[in-house]
Amino acid sequence: MKKRGIGISCNTHPAGLKGGGDPSQALIRVKLDGTLDLVIGAVDIGQGCKTILRQIAAEELSVPLEAITLSNFDTDIGLMCTGTFASRVTFIDGNAVIRAARDLKDKIKRFVGSQLGVEPEQLEMADNRVFVRDNPEKGMSMAAIGAAANWGGAILVGTGAFTPGAGQDFDPETGKMTAIASLAFGACVAEVEVDTETGVVDVLKLVQVYEIGRAINPLLCKGQINGGSMMGISFALTENLFPYYPAVDFAPETFSDYILTTAADMPKEMIYDIVEVPHPNGPYGAKGFSEMTASAAPPAILSAIHDAIGVWITDYPATPEVILRALEAKSTS
Amino acid sequence: MTEYVGKPIPRYDGIGHVTGRTTFVDDIHLPGMLYIKVLLSPVHKGIIRHLDVSAAERMPGVAGVITAKDVPGKNAYGLIPDQPVFTPEHIRYKGERIAAVAAVDEDTAMEALEKIKLEIEEQTPVFDPFEAMQPDAPLVRPEGNVWVFNSGTTRKIRLGDVEEGFKQADYIIEGTYTNSTNDHAPMEPQVSVAYIDETDRLAIHTVSQDLYFHLGMLSAIFNLPMNKIRYIGGTVGGGFGAKNDIHCDHVAGLMALKIRKPVKYRLTRHEEMLYTTKRGPWTFEFKDGVKKDGRIVARKVRTIHDTGAYSGMGPYVVDKNAILVAGPFAIPNIWIDGICVYTNKPPASSMRGFGIINGTSAEQLQMNRIAEAIGMDPWEIRFINAWRDGDIGATQFTVVAAGLIEAMKRAAELAGVELPERLKAMSSRGR
Amino acid sequence: MKYILSFVLNGQPVDVLAEPTDTLLDVLREKLRVMSPKRGCDEGDCGACTVLLNGEPVRSCLTLALSVAGQEVMTVEGLSKNGKLHPLQRAFHEHYAAQCGFCTPGMILAAKALLDKNPHPTREEIVEAISGNLCRCGTYQEVLEAVQAVARGEYAEVKE
Repeated sequence: MKKRGIGISCNTHPAGLKGGGDPSQALIRVKLDGTLDLVIGAVDIGQGCKTILRQIAAEELSVPLEAITLSNFDTDIGLMCTGTFASRVTFIDGNAVIRAARDLKDKIKRFVGSQLGVEPEQLEMADNRVFVRDNPEKGMSMAAIGAAANWGGAILVGTGAFTPGAGQDFDPETGKMTAIASLAFGACVAEVEVDTETGVVDVLKLVQVYEIGRAINPLLCKGQINGGSMMGISFALTENLFPYYPAVDFAPETFSDYILTTAADMPKEMIYDIVEVPHPNGPYGAKGFSEMTASAAPPAILSAIHDAIGVWITDYPATPEVILRALEAKSTS
Repeated sequence: MTEYVGKPIPRYDGIGHVTGRTTFVDDIHLPGMLYIKVLLSPVHKGIIRHLDVSAAERMPGVAGVITAKDVPGKNAYGLIPDQPVFTPEHIRYKGERIAAVAAVDEDTAMEALEKIKLEIEEQTPVFDPFEAMQPDAPLVRPEGNVWVFNSGTTRKIRLGDVEEGFKQADYIIEGTYTNSTNDHAPMEPQVSVAYIDETDRLAIHTVSQDLYFHLGMLSAIFNLPMNKIRYIGGTVGGGFGAKNDIHCDHVAGLMALKIRKPVKYRLTRHEEMLYTTKRGPWTFEFKDGVKKDGRIVARKVRTIHDTGAYSGMGPYVVDKNAILVAGPFAIPNIWIDGICVYTNKPPASSMRGFGIINGTSAEQLQMNRIAEAIGMDPWEIRFINAWRDGDIGATQFTVVAAGLIEAMKRAAELAGVELPERLKAMSSRGR
Repeated sequence: MKYILSFVLNGQPVDVLAEPTDTLLDVLREKLRVMSPKRGCDEGDCGACTVLLNGEPVRSCLTLALSVAGQEVMTVEGLSKNGKLHPLQRAFHEHYAAQCGFCTPGMILAAKALLDKNPHPTREEIVEAISGNLCRCGTYQEVLEAVQAVARGEYAEVKE
């Protein structure tokens, strides 16, 4: 018999290391033709930092996105970054890029001010050029700035670093540790169908909403939500490296026995939305959120299984074997 | 108004991905490159009594063999550097590295591994963290099987007075939950390419998620200043935390330093699944005190994390889990004890959700069981207890820019759930 | 013992020395340096090494190289013509159907094999066609949307 059920969950996730103290750096320089090179240290593991950090730099500097290249490829050139983990790169590297961009903007304005004989404070930067606020005709394009600076013996480089405040107040007895970079939030509704003959659980629908401060790139955020859900589904239902834990026998060695979610296992209905409560310290209000997209679905799925068949599965994953044993225990009790 | 921030812009490297032009580390091929295979421990626990690699070294096609003796610097790495690159004596998990061979191809390297003479005195392993915590348990490590935090053998969090909270409660609800061991399974397996470059420095193409974090560890292993290592990466075929740990760069780097030829070391899917770092399993024991109106007034949680044979990121993840295991709820009295236990399994490390996914998986089930036990709607109990701005978390941090209620309201709406007006009227901006 | 293996790769005839134990993936990656087929598991589980053999998607890690003699093999390198991206490539890019990009070449070819035979597949048919290709970033939803967009004609082939 196939039985359906619905379950809900909610969650939170911090950005960065516990207690803070995980810095990142960024550098931006102006090339000879006014295009820009952004140098970071963060690694793109697929989450898309190469994309969103360029967006932030272009936004800050009012230049076309295409004008910015990004390098992160080695430790000779690439800058210090504590690493791509802990949902920290958008928040921390994003802030470092903002600081580098603002530093560069100041330097560009000083340079243009000296070229045009005006005070830097009178200058504006917009539409890929720098001009006098009260006399927008008077100004220099980024191309002209790049040529004049580089051929004129100047160098226009902006740098920035950011670290969330390190927790200096750690107390081992109470666990007090007040530093936390940002907290994002999520809510999930799962609908499942449980086959009571086979124990197989089909996730029919996931509704998820994440409050992430600001979606720097909604397309990439969508990818995180769908991708995290995929990982959450197999966390809840299939993935177990030691099926007879704590024994280590019969450990799967291949993807034939360590079962990942495939396209066929994804819910037919994947409904999501993003809510924004800007964080005062986040770049454009953004919080870190990518990891948490895997965390919301598992308890919602197991609660939906309870709704469907009336038993609480409390040991993850809820494999068909676990479901059938639970049903058997229920019928004999 | 913003021009780029907030816009659905495709990936910067997206064209590279769809044309197959994106270069991953295994795509790098250097002239004269040799291939590494590593002799892994066949037993879970033991002592190496004899190791003789000479027959492997003499084999045609073999360019070099390295063991613990070939580590010029510190033969230990990790967040807390306690795991050897090659174990010199003690074997603590099946799959621990013993020796590496570089040869003209992987088949030859595998054949050479067969020629290594290895005698191990096998010892009794312990796999169950609860058994490992017993005083007479076989020792995974000489200092004991339970990690010692600066707060003692448990990571403690104490907010308010949990026993007093239980006295105020109308209901006491308990629950125990467990998580399994997970493999990160990035589609790109662990791999490293190392060589001596034109400036006579060691160059390594890495899949590291954290270039500087790992550069520091490698610098200590090779006994080289950071600028004598050119660590090249930045593009990774999925990490999910698997690449927060070094799996190949130390071995490839040591081999390149010794034989001064380009080498590639890549793990097979079997090796990666069985012998690399994992998301370690957890047990959560919850005891909650709840009032009739749904307010949670006391939450006591004991967490037990199985970190495997080396600390990996175990103590750190126990710590991070403890901070948020009580959930995004304003609970005045919180008591948490986190325990990190060694067993003879591959070291536990970071994986997407790092301790929080585990805590959430347990805590959110517990919330739904509380709702069932006190006869309240599961949405309502969450709305009533949800963090608002200015609320205090378990470790006494202040909640800023809270958004849980807003996320829940929208989720209910999208799911077609009609929430009662009193919940819809709630906001994270005040209670 | 090595044999001369001749086949057609992305429309061009190639000759390469291969041993009987070499897989097509070995020959493509290690000998011909065609790098888009990825070695994800080397045992037919993950689909990252998918190539088209006479238009059919196959696991190149399970295909013995010598068995493709005289036949037509296509990899993602052969998809774009005169620098113009194939509709699936454009759709994958714009729909964010590639995160880390490791499974992407195999995924695109699995989708191409489907659309070549069935230009207007149902959701279920698309899901079935890509369900043998694992993506740990979890781009399945975006892949589905990208393939659907191509099937709807939103990425009509650019005329040369």
